[in-house]
Amino acid sequence: MTEPTMLSKEAVILEESRTQGAAAGSRGTPRGLSPWGSYALRRAGGVVLSVALLVVVTFFMVPLIPGDPAVAVAGADATSEQIEAIRQNLGLNQPLHLQFIQYLGNLVTGNLGESFAYSTSVSTIIATKLPFTAEIAILGILVTLLVSIPAGMAVGIMTRGGRQKWMDVGFGMLTGFFQAVPQYVIATMLVVVFAIVLKVLPAAGAATLSSLILPVVGLSIAPICSISRVVRRETATVLEQDYLRTGRGWRLPALRLYARHALPNLMTTTLTLAGLVLAGMLGGAIIIENVFNWPGLGKEIVTAIINKDYPVIQGIILVLGFLAIILNLLVDVILGIIDPRTLGGGKSHG
Amino acid sequence: MAENHPAKRRFRWTPGLVLGIVLMTAMVLVGLLAPLFLSDAAEKLTANPSQGPGPGHWLGTDDFGRDVLARSLVATRLTLLMTAAATVIAVVGGILIGTFIWLAPPRIRNAVLRVIDAAVAYPSLIFALLIAAILGQGAWSAVLAIAIASIPAFARLTANMAASISQRNYVSTARLLGVPGPRIITRHMLPNMAEPLLVLTATVFATTLIELSSLSFIGLGVQNPEYDFGRLLNESLVNIYSQPLQAVMPSIMITVAGLSAMLIGDGLAAATDPRGGRKFGSVKTASEVPASLRADTQSLVEVNNLTVSTPNGVPLVKGVSLSIHPGEVVGLVGESGSGKSLTAMSIAGLLPEELTVTAHSLRLGELDLRKKNDPRTLATSIGLVYQDPGTSFNPALRIGSQLTEVSRVHLRQSRKAAYGRMVKALADIRITQPETRMGQHPHELSGGMLQRAMIASTLVTDPRLIIADEPTTALDVTVQADVLRQFRTINREMGTAMLFISHDIGVVQALCDKVIVMNGGKILERLTGAQLAAGDVRHPYTKALLAATPSIAERKAELVSVRAEDFTYDEVPDEVPSTAVLSEGKE
Repeated sequence: MTEPTMLSKEAVILEESRTQGAAAGSRGTPRGLSPWGSYALRRAGGVVLSVALLVVVTFFMVPLIPGDPAVAVAGADATSEQIEAIRQNLGLNQPLHLQFIQYLGNLVTGNLGESFAYSTSVSTIIATKLPFTAEIAILGILVTLLVSIPAGMAVGIMTRGGRQKWMDVGFGMLTGFFQAVPQYVIATMLVVVFAIVLKVLPAAGAATLSSLILPVVGLSIAPICSISRVVRRETATVLEQDYLRTGRGWRLPALRLYARHALPNLMTTTLTLAGLVLAGMLGGAIIIENVFNWPGLGKEIVTAIINKDYPVIQGIILVLGFLAIILNLLVDVILGIIDPRTLGGGKSHG
Repeated sequence: MAENHPAKRRFRWTPGLVLGIVLMTAMVLVGLLAPLFLSDAAEKLTANPSQGPGPGHWLGTDDFGRDVLARSLVATRLTLLMTAAATVIAVVGGILIGTFIWLAPPRIRNAVLRVIDAAVAYPSLIFALLIAAILGQGAWSAVLAIAIASIPAFARLTANMAASISQRNYVSTARLLGVPGPRIITRHMLPNMAEPLLVLTATVFATTLIELSSLSFIGLGVQNPEYDFGRLLNESLVNIYSQPLQAVMPSIMITVAGLSAMLIGDGLAAATDPRGGRKFGSVKTASEVPASLRADTQSLVEVNNLTVSTPNGVPLVKGVSLSIHPGEVVGLVGESGSGKSLTAMSIAGLLPEELTVTAHSLRLGELDLRKKNDPRTLATSIGLVYQDPGTSFNPALRIGSQLTEVSRVHLRQSRKAAYGRMVKALADIRITQPETRMGQHPHELSGGMLQRAMIASTLVTDPRLIIADEPTTALDVTVQADVLRQFRTINREMGTAMLFISHDIGVVQALCDKVIVMNGGKILERLTGAQLAAGDVRHPYTKALLAATPSIAERKAELVSVRAEDFTYDEVPDEVPSTAVLSEGKE
């Protein structure tokens, strides 16, 4: 029932997409709406739920801090005036529901509060750090998709029907291995090999363009392995479908058969899964930034957690959460374009 | 293809599983023993800081003169303990949520499921950071953070499994009998999910290990003076230029630990997967057999002593010979597994490559089908119609672009010309609104319409032979008649030869000039359409087929139950002149 070496989350999505593929079209389209219209409506519900979850969870962060949050922020040797000031600042004297309403109001107006540590607004901090995270995350996602899909397809085609057993085994072992190694270990080893032993790339910082290479590679290796495994498995499934036999019956050239007939069909499950893996890369970026001393949100949030700089923590988690939602939404839109059957029965997470 | 083990669910010890267990056992032993013997070397500050590898310290010492190797080994205990704790919390929490929601009212269940879905979409590390921010830094708050962040995914998978089990009969029966909910879970649900849950637990252990050590690595997990693998690697990063070796040992340890957990997960999945253990043979090319001495020069299709066998040598088609004359419709009848489709697909050259095909001759006109032929010639000479129109079209592409593909690729027609011609062809076979259909996707059309579109697409190349593999089986009875009428019209108006495969002798009788009855990979009887219509059959198997089709065999037939194995496979002596040459294949 589970596929080998799949993260449990990926297993969730794979199963969802399988059952939905079987039930595709069974859910009717509401009358008076185009397929895209009802799809958008359904997805909007999911997005609202995800955003609500994000807002609620980040809000409860402060009230849930064990003991008195203000004391925790101020530190052990703070005076009672300092503690009271922080309590005022955090609005902790108000009842919980008023605090929540105020939190909501601030969010709507784009006010994420002030950092305790830097006494600048959280929005400013995010504005200066987000581009760095976006840079490696977007590059990482592109590299991941551009490498994993062709690689997975190539292996899937070459090993179809039990051919080239050695390649199948080798591919499984290689990708399995890199999935088992934590990203920060891969990244550290990249530093040791390329920055220290070979001395060809900078080990840390964001000063030059070449300093992008190691973080992006370190961020992409594990997702490349998990997505290319999925692509390989999906390729094997699609190649056994009737419509591919139809294509072979039409004696289509191999490239046309694989690129035009196989690729769109294996993209459905692949992208559904990839959405999750790619969103996970946002988490990966946090780790990677700490290995390479990359001045992005990930490095910032770790510092903020150590300093108990709660507004900054809330702000960064909100931003990363939003990015994950947008990424999932983007994947769903692409899915709808590639395979219109998806519009019939949407997935409910997001 | 699959080798059936008699003991179906026998546990398979794969090398990966054994290796995983051996490595994990070694890790556990290190975790147990290293702190007993190496604590001193690992934790006592000495006067030899930052030394390179040497006899006293194989991997050197850290900033405080502590032995790097010893620290890496001692750290195993804390790492494994934390991972195990987080895994237990995640698994128990996930199972509780995932099973209990099936006892809750549907409204609550759906609400919980939607929230879980929304949570699963976020990277778990982000949740973990949030929880770490609430609880502060430390080993056990990191354990809680990672465990809680892993619960939604585990709960979702458990809920999916519980969903299918909660609908089974024994669960509904237990509910009707008033068995209390928790008892249903422990008695009925959990035992039936045990295997997949075990596999999942191993996978969760592996991911938890990685995530926990990641938290320590970025400084939010284990704090000084305690240390796990992640913490050691974090400390080594400061000195990575002066002492890169300090990073290597913790890296190896964490890799081995993660790998062994993953190998165990993989191995358990493979061991409990009933589909596992498939074996494929090598692909063999058809052996060259001398051409037949007696080629029927008049026939369009000539098949002489065709055999098809699996990679491990099991024969599926055992010496079939047949011929099709220009303009002739030949029916191939038999139950599924009789080899009729394999015979047809051998002619079409579309058999799976792992099957071995041999024949004295296999010919369409002047084309030797045993060789590799020009794709263009094949595509335009043979038109193919398949059994299930619902799966034979590519679901992701529009009908129009699929139907015109052969014209565009092989006849080199422009998109526009091919489109125009196809619209006309669709209109010719009375498909309504052909322009609209061309722009639609397959799932928007009915099966009958798709099948007629497929038939229309074979006609645009003006093929010499149409092979129809059970083209009406997946259709409604009324649609069947319509599709059959299409075939008859095409044959009458264009004179196209056809090989028509069906398990339904009635369908074949209505359409075919010649009928060949197959079973067990051999031909049992050859008949003309007229003979079949008159009920003039000799082989008991054919008689049984006829008897099973009361509308055609208008005689008062008792329902005869026949198994093909009851007969000797000898073919009935042939009385149809045009095929009389072809019965020399014997075994």
